[in-house]
Amino acid sequence: MRSGRLFSISIALVVAALVVPARAATIEITMENLVISPAEISAKVGDTITWINKDVFAHTATAKNGDFDVTLPPKKSAASILKKAGTIDYYCRYHPNMKATLKVEP
Amino acid sequence: MFIRWSAALAAAILLSSPALQGACAADKPTDPQIAHIAYTAGVIDINAAKQAQKKAKSKDVKAFAEDMLRDHEAVNKQALALVKKLNVTPEDNDTSKALSKQASDKLAELDKLDGAAFDKAYVANEVAYHKAVNGALETQLIPSASNAELKSLLQTGLKIFQGHQQHAEHVAAELK
Repeated sequence: MRSGRLFSISIALVVAALVVPARAATIEITMENLVISPAEISAKVGDTITWINKDVFAHTATAKNGDFDVTLPPKKSAASILKKAGTIDYYCRYHPNMKATLKVEP
Repeated sequence: MFIRWSAALAAAILLSSPALQGACAADKPTDPQIAHIAYTAGVIDINAAKQAQKKAKSKDVKAFAEDMLRDHEAVNKQALALVKKLNVTPEDNDTSKALSKQASDKLAELDKLDGAAFDKAYVANEVAYHKAVNGALETQLIPSASNAELKSLLQTGLKIFQGHQQHAEHVAAELK
């Protein structure tokens, strides 16, 4: 039975997903009213950052060291996975007064 | 007496002087007038940015103009949505008229310039213009606004325009 096999495959996938250690976390960083919050946050290599722009303005999350440069249209979000450890100062290219720090631990 | 107040604002913006402070604190523009002034001020900077996109030579000035266009269009879009929601019709007034007149004179003046001379004059005017508008927002428009949502939009505007002023000052310094 084809549908039966498909079903067991999907069960296997779900089980596999549960078994894989869920160490990578997702961290939300919000830009609202021209402020990045939290202004300082720690994460680990492999974690995902979800950038949320709640403003009607376009923003960017631009690392000073060039590690990332994410463009966020108004009221949109984006995700990026952290690949390198380090303390990264980042800002919005359009509104350079918006600054924050991301500490990426190995 | 709104006329006295608007003349003061217009004068402040025309002369780009901080003469606004202390000008008739008792004369308060109404919300429909404030909405009109704020929207007009936005349109003026959008038009200036469009001119700069065509004429500017420096990469930094072009990028600055692009930022102005993006942010001021966003604020004005928000302002239009708000007046619609509040069912308010923006009311033309002497301040808006004076602002528009002054702006079209400035556009004509800048139109005669080219290259580095244009860049310098555009950015210098952006510094002065944002300074004047921010002063007006801070001392007159925000304190006079009675609707909370309008006040909040003006406050967001002030915050973003203060950033523009700093940005313009930075670009101006780089051009020297």
